[in-house]
Amino acid sequence: MADMIEVLLWRGKEDGRYQTFQVPQRENQTVLDVVSWVQRNADPTLSYRFACRVGVCGSCAMTVNGRPRWTCRTHTSRVVENGRLKIGPLANLPVIKDLAADLQPFFEKWQQAKGVFAPSKTRADPVETISPASAPRIAADAAIECINCAVCFAACDTVRWNEDYLGPAALNRAWTLVNDVRDAGNRERLAAVAADGGCHACHSHQSCQEHCPNKLNPTASIAGLKRRTMQAYIRGEL
Amino acid sequence: MSPRARQHTAGHRRNALWMAAMVHRLSGLALACFLPLHFLALGLAIDGEARLDGFLKWTANPLVKLAETGLVFLLAVHMLGGIRVLLIENMPWRDGQKNIAFAALALACVAAFAFLLRAV
Repeated sequence: MADMIEVLLWRGKEDGRYQTFQVPQRENQTVLDVVSWVQRNADPTLSYRFACRVGVCGSCAMTVNGRPRWTCRTHTSRVVENGRLKIGPLANLPVIKDLAADLQPFFEKWQQAKGVFAPSKTRADPVETISPASAPRIAADAAIECINCAVCFAACDTVRWNEDYLGPAALNRAWTLVNDVRDAGNRERLAAVAADGGCHACHSHQSCQEHCPNKLNPTASIAGLKRRTMQAYIRGEL
Repeated sequence: MSPRARQHTAGHRRNALWMAAMVHRLSGLALACFLPLHFLALGLAIDGEARLDGFLKWTANPLVKLAETGLVFLLAVHMLGGIRVLLIENMPWRDGQKNIAFAALALACVAAFAFLLRAV
């Protein structure tokens, strides 16, 4: 193992540049450890975002050697290329400063995709019984563990090419709600995801699936939405 | 995002299925470019049998046969790639899309090679 890693970190906003640091390489060191080492030992003005450090909160995603990754669960030994790490903010999002991307557009698209649960009952009604073996529950289960890290959003070229596109995470969220039998908002939700920039804009590159740190498959969710919206259109519901 | 900031963010394209989508798109564009030439060749028949026959003789040229082999490959890879996308969008999800894309590529190569064998 080399003693030092050459670490290039993005500094500034959109028109920034990479700054090089030499960081000691250690056993079991994550990319987030490297960034934290720079902030604590070399330049305290470095801005980046993290919270849980264990792959739950989805805060620490960055671009590492050209690919979006969750940095708290990415070991440097897996991603260092020729002793070098190039770390930047997530793509397809505005840069606040240094490694911190502005996630506001990402969450606005969740809202546009009607990614909010619409209750169909009151607290006076009995709790809905949902069989774990039912097809909608299985479909929702496959997609529900999203941590909102925006890695898929940064890895998606449709997002890059079409600024109206809702993106894999928002559509994946919509798919979980489409399969929630308790939800009462599916007519509006299907209309939202079938509109311009919705599920039918997806090119099925599957980069979202390839890069999702939680091994979800948003492309499959989006394909489900394509079928469901087509069925709704044929039935005259859209 | 400025082009400069984007320079470090294209690593996600090192993905077989991203390449499959590009092959599908570029083969479609190439076929669209070929289509006017195809109609132009068919249009020779309007001017008389002799002109068309002359053109068809010219297509016996080995270089033209090689180009036609490329054309068969483009047609096959575009059609099979399109079928793969249609299945994704209209049928229940099936894992192993990389294998399916590679199978489509292999089948297109076989089709083009079979055409070449018949042509020579």
